[in-house]
Amino acid sequence: MSAVFEQIFQVGFLAAIIRIATPLAFATLGEMFSERAGVLNLGIEGIMLLSAMTGFTAASLSGSLWLGILAAVLTGMLMGALHALFTVALGLSQHVCGIGVTLFSSGLAYFLYRLIFGQQSVPPSIKGFQTLPIPLLSDIPVLGPAVFNQFALVYMAIIAIPLAAFVLYRTPWGLSVRMVGENPRAADSAGVSVIATRFQAVILGGALMGLAGAFLTMAQFNAFTFGVVSGRGWVAIALVVFGRWDPWRSAGAALLFAFVDALQLRMQASGLGHIPYEAFLMLPFIFTIVAMAVMSRNAVAPSALLKPFRREER
Amino acid sequence: MFRLEARTSTPAWFNLALPLLAIGATLVLCSGLIALAGAGVFEAYGVMLSASFGDSYAITETLVRAAPMIFTGLAVAVAFRAKFWNIGAEGQLLAGAVASCFVGAIPMPGALAMLLMALAGAAAGAAVALVPATLRVKFKVDDVVSSLLLNSVIYYALMALIEGPWKDSFSGYPISPPIEDSANFPVLLEGTRLHLGVVAALIAAPLVWFLIVRTTLGFRIRVTGESPEAARYGGIHVERVLISTALLSGALAGLAGVGEVGGVHFQVMSDISPGYGYSGIVVAMLARLNPLGVVPAAIFLAAVMTGAEAMSRATGVPAFLSDVIQGTALLAMLVALLFTAYRIRRVGAAS
Repeated sequence: MSAVFEQIFQVGFLAAIIRIATPLAFATLGEMFSERAGVLNLGIEGIMLLSAMTGFTAASLSGSLWLGILAAVLTGMLMGALHALFTVALGLSQHVCGIGVTLFSSGLAYFLYRLIFGQQSVPPSIKGFQTLPIPLLSDIPVLGPAVFNQFALVYMAIIAIPLAAFVLYRTPWGLSVRMVGENPRAADSAGVSVIATRFQAVILGGALMGLAGAFLTMAQFNAFTFGVVSGRGWVAIALVVFGRWDPWRSAGAALLFAFVDALQLRMQASGLGHIPYEAFLMLPFIFTIVAMAVMSRNAVAPSALLKPFRREER
Repeated sequence: MFRLEARTSTPAWFNLALPLLAIGATLVLCSGLIALAGAGVFEAYGVMLSASFGDSYAITETLVRAAPMIFTGLAVAVAFRAKFWNIGAEGQLLAGAVASCFVGAIPMPGALAMLLMALAGAAAGAAVALVPATLRVKFKVDDVVSSLLLNSVIYYALMALIEGPWKDSFSGYPISPPIEDSANFPVLLEGTRLHLGVVAALIAAPLVWFLIVRTTLGFRIRVTGESPEAARYGGIHVERVLISTALLSGALAGLAGVGEVGGVHFQVMSDISPGYGYSGIVVAMLARLNPLGVVPAAIFLAAVMTGAEAMSRATGVPAFLSDVIQGTALLAMLVALLFTAYRIRRVGAAS
């Protein structure tokens, strides 16, 4: 047992957690901004997949990874705008529209990928982001190699967390977002445009979801496969609840999930080979459901979440 | 100037006109992708149409494919009526498939086997749907997220089964052992795959319609969905209704899996459902949550799926077009539904 234990908790384990947490942190922050403005975005799973595809394609065709990132972010923003058009401007059901955006984006991702790359026995791959050690900091024992010898996108995620908290809690725009998510009528009376603010928040959220998708195909796997997102978007929605709609807590929730995911990956690799690895893949999802059950009783969602706003109606 | 004006009632012909409008808009929008792929739009749609309805065999194939989506469409329609957001029909279908495959592999008289397969599949689907419903009622967990996450759990459980204990030790393929030949659903038309499960699906739709529209439980489901406060005020135990709805919805989705095992594949494999559970959402919305409307809506999606494969072979347009069509149809239908709540009125400059 102790041998298994040792194999699980190697130095690389911490680095694996950080890597797994990165796309989840982007996705969770993106969903959080959207929900704080009152818009549940179930399109996240499809938006991540489509962004993963467009980012990979742009990087593959142009040879520039950062052009790929740009394409993924723009894709995310565009799909966020589409979701906002349906749910904010037209006031349609956020649940069903989100599923619609996911089905549409996933279908489009599969279709365009097949159209551009054709059917190949080995999926085309790119030379993805390389680790970028930060001088001095990466020399710190244990923490250094795990946290400060990572992809540039990982550092961006680490910076994004305090930045998101600052924007949400310390800027006028963040105040507007929270107001339209809690009490849109009061926000409207105070001269805040509910529609515009919600659009902006959902589009910003889409951009972050795009980064999450880009990380998967351009840093983690360096290829696009149809199962590349495989439920990470849904997990992010749960993590927002688990993180009580707060940037710090949501990021913490992403880290916790990444810990469980890294753990099951190590269990797959360790001496438990007679159990099919799919059995371990269930664990993070079961963990998330249980965590939601524990946290949801006291969770207080933004008051106006799921509620469309029409100025002329009372 | 135009403005939106609230509408108090909708004419009956809307039930037919809105889905047709949505489907028409979808086909127009998706023709752009066909053109992008370098194929003729009319040729591509023509191939789709003839491959799905062109001859009697094609029609039976379309019906065979529609059957699971009739069941998942009914499952979603029932759930959404109560505003129980069951997005987990996919997992419930898989659970139903696994359970019926277990039962079907036990040697026993054919009729008994089929009956027990259906019961086991329905029970398994219901059990899976019970999880998000219980979590919502007892722990206030959002049913959308939990039912979505549960889809992944069930999928990996199925994969672990067919990669583990069920794995074919002879060939090494990740597939379950086949069910007994006597448990195979009878084929109704010689030379086709039209099986008993398809008829079961076609009968299930009016039964569910009767249940929703004409029974006390159906009334409770509708009131709970339209206004939980009013339901509570009227003495309806809302939590209990949600649980009943979940059981019914899950059982229907489970039956979708039973039909696939008993009538089409006779075993369980990883791709037994190409997303029929999610398609059920599209079907239910196109049907405006009316169980009778689920049948034509499912047949439409089935035709798109069968047609897209033939179109892909004939024109080279990726068959994934059918996935885009499904997503677009759902969004188009939602927009079309605006006409039920609002009408567009021209208003003078003076107002």
